[in-house]
Amino acid sequence: MSNEANDLFRVLVYDLERGRGELAILPGRRQCLGGSGLAALLYEKYGLPTAPAFDPRQPLIFAIGPATGYFPLMSKTVCGFKSPYNENYAESHAGGRSALALRFAGYDALVVVGKAPRLSTLVVGSRRIERIDVHYLAGADVFTTGKLLRKIAEGASGHRSILRIGPAGENGSGYACINVDTYRHFGRLGAGAVMGSKNLKGIVIQGDGDLPLPADKGYAKLFKDIHEKVTSSGMMEKYHNLGTPANVLPLNELKSLPWRNLAATSDSEADKISGEAFAEKLLMHNAACAGCPVGCIHVGMVREMFSSSHRFAIHQVAYDHEPNFAAGPMLGVVDPVEVLAINDMADRQGLDIISAGVALAWAVEATQKGVISEKDTEVKLTFGDAAALKRAMWLIGHKANDFYALLGQGAMVAAAHYGGADYACVLGQEMAGYATGETYFASQTVAFRHSHLDTGAYSYDQKHKEQDVAKVVDFLVKDERERVLLTCLVACLFAREVYKPEVIASVLGCLGHEELAGSFDAAAENARRARWRLKIATGYDPRATRIPKRFTEVTTWKGPVDAVYMEALRAAYAEAVAELGAPPATDQAQPPAL
Amino acid sequence: MKIHRALRMERCIGCHSCSLACARLVYKSMSWQTAGIRIRSTGGVSSGFQAILCLACDPAPCAAACPTGAMSQRKSGGGVTLKKSLCIQCGQCAAACPVDAINLDAAGNPAVCLHCGQCTAYCPHDCLELVEADTPAAPCLESCHVE
Ligand code: SF4
Ligand code: SF4
Ligand code: SF4
Repeated sequence: MSNEANDLFRVLVYDLERGRGELAILPGRRQCLGGSGLAALLYEKYGLPTAPAFDPRQPLIFAIGPATGYFPLMSKTVCGFKSPYNENYAESHAGGRSALALRFAGYDALVVVGKAPRLSTLVVGSRRIERIDVHYLAGADVFTTGKLLRKIAEGASGHRSILRIGPAGENGSGYACINVDTYRHFGRLGAGAVMGSKNLKGIVIQGDGDLPLPADKGYAKLFKDIHEKVTSSGMMEKYHNLGTPANVLPLNELKSLPWRNLAATSDSEADKISGEAFAEKLLMHNAACAGCPVGCIHVGMVREMFSSSHRFAIHQVAYDHEPNFAAGPMLGVVDPVEVLAINDMADRQGLDIISAGVALAWAVEATQKGVISEKDTEVKLTFGDAAALKRAMWLIGHKANDFYALLGQGAMVAAAHYGGADYACVLGQEMAGYATGETYFASQTVAFRHSHLDTGAYSYDQKHKEQDVAKVVDFLVKDERERVLLTCLVACLFAREVYKPEVIASVLGCLGHEELAGSFDAAAENARRARWRLKIATGYDPRATRIPKRFTEVTTWKGPVDAVYMEALRAAYAEAVAELGAPPATDQAQPPAL
Repeated sequence: MKIHRALRMERCIGCHSCSLACARLVYKSMSWQTAGIRIRSTGGVSSGFQAILCLACDPAPCAAACPTGAMSQRKSGGGVTLKKSLCIQCGQCAAACPVDAINLDAAGNPAVCLHCGQCTAYCPHDCLELVEADTPAAPCLESCHVE
């Protein structure tokens, strides 16, 4: 063992109830790297697997990786929590300035436990830990909250990260998100509601400390080489040019873009909401997560005339493929300005736009089918009626009545009450914008975050027509493992072409983690299994997952979905996951359990 | 002799690559702020980014305020140089700078732009440039630079 200190994590554990922090120095770097692995380790230590998500003692965890701040694109933070959406251990990832702010504040992770006596904001810096009463922010939308928090928690301007929730988080919506620095989100599975249940309106992380440079002589050169690869090789071009909305036309072409609650997978109007259309008509500027020279954040402008004498309000809204899909084709909206306006409203409420959009799409179809009425929805919900859909976003965020209270817990929860589960587009959670076929539907249903990013299933579907269950499951299992390595580091997943094993080994070696440089695969595997064990310990049964009927009615470029094959894939992948999440075998070949 | 100007900040994406490079290469620090250039938004990221940077005053009020001669005017005009061994961490230079371009770290050590240009190579959008010190360069170049 070269250096024991290298194995340690520096974690701030803050108890909101007592208003006290505790600095914990915990071993485990060699077992779990950081990020996803560290969040799992911390949930094992501080979490209560069988208590409800809103139990005040449950931890809300923010963890970064060994290379955060030290290398380009190591720019994300992993949020670990028990999800109020499914009551399972969950993760959500976001960038903005959150990761570097935590690094420069001097922590590998922040763990928040307890419930504040009044609505509060936590301020954490390298020489500051403070809980501030912000009861007067109750009900404030995400953007107003951000503006006011800049004043309330003064200091470190430009070098801080502001995490906050909107009404949806305060109201406990199962898909309330945490907004990070205006344009990024811990989006999925309800981290925002966990924050709300703790009476925590905001977290301000001040990255105001100075850390020593890595001692390794090759550091500057290694940084430069990676920076050059990222900025000049063209491999990031697709992310900063049109961004992910570049997917719209190819997906539509491949009959893989969900339209109107997945009634169709392509439509002649796709060009209206293509990445090209957004870039030409609405793109205002680009932004970046701190420490990332790529700058994939696309910000569009919505100019709204609020008085007939040509008075305008301007909204700046970040867009990407997934939010665009959920506020656009899925809801039958094909005007890019309206797509952004719906998005903006969900964002203000602090709702995950993917879940909110897809849940609303179910509500529109349920309206068409007479399962729910205008008495429930307050506005008449129709595909393409942006004004009504925008208003519905507000109603979900504000939990306006019994119907919206249920819809705010997810389309399946509402369907369980009203009927219509067959056409609720829920794959573990509301689907993301890829109707690529059996592999993707099975993968999102079973996989850890129920996210399109858990595996590369959506791109696998686009390249493979042959049906081979064993081969697909093998791909999913391997691909997940590579991604978990990156989410332990925590690199942006867009950087997966850059951070190949040799580069990761050099990075870890340069940072003084020589042993890890030779064993990061085992550590990532360990972290992956720990995550699965936690998900299962909190009640997840992969074998009990189901894919709703709507997904068997879909036609892709491969033809109609083969329901029998899809079910075989789901079942086989569920078996693989159950095995991954089984208690560690006792033989010594296994890396030590977390 | 050259001076550093943030010429094209409208293009800035707020990646902080420049300040991280300065901290790393010039100030041998892992920091967002122990750097000669610091990136701020002017009230939330939606309002665009500003570079907090030495404007190379001549004469330089920071140098004039320094009681030990640690901060001194560059001989050929434009900007200042800092001799760390002479600095007593009194913070007078930072207090004297009209544009807050000098950052004091936790120990009170000043960090200021040395007009060396190490950062410019790391900017992915060409926002930053070294220009000739003897050609007058107004700071408003940030907004009305023409190629
Ligand atoms: S540090 Fe400030 S006072 Fe000194 S030369 Fe630069 S801009 Fe002028
Ligand atoms: S020119 Fe040199 S000293 Fe000035 S900000 Fe750039 S790297 Fe730092
Ligand atoms: S490197 Fe360029 S784009 Fe990035 S923050 Fe600095 S000036 Fe802005």
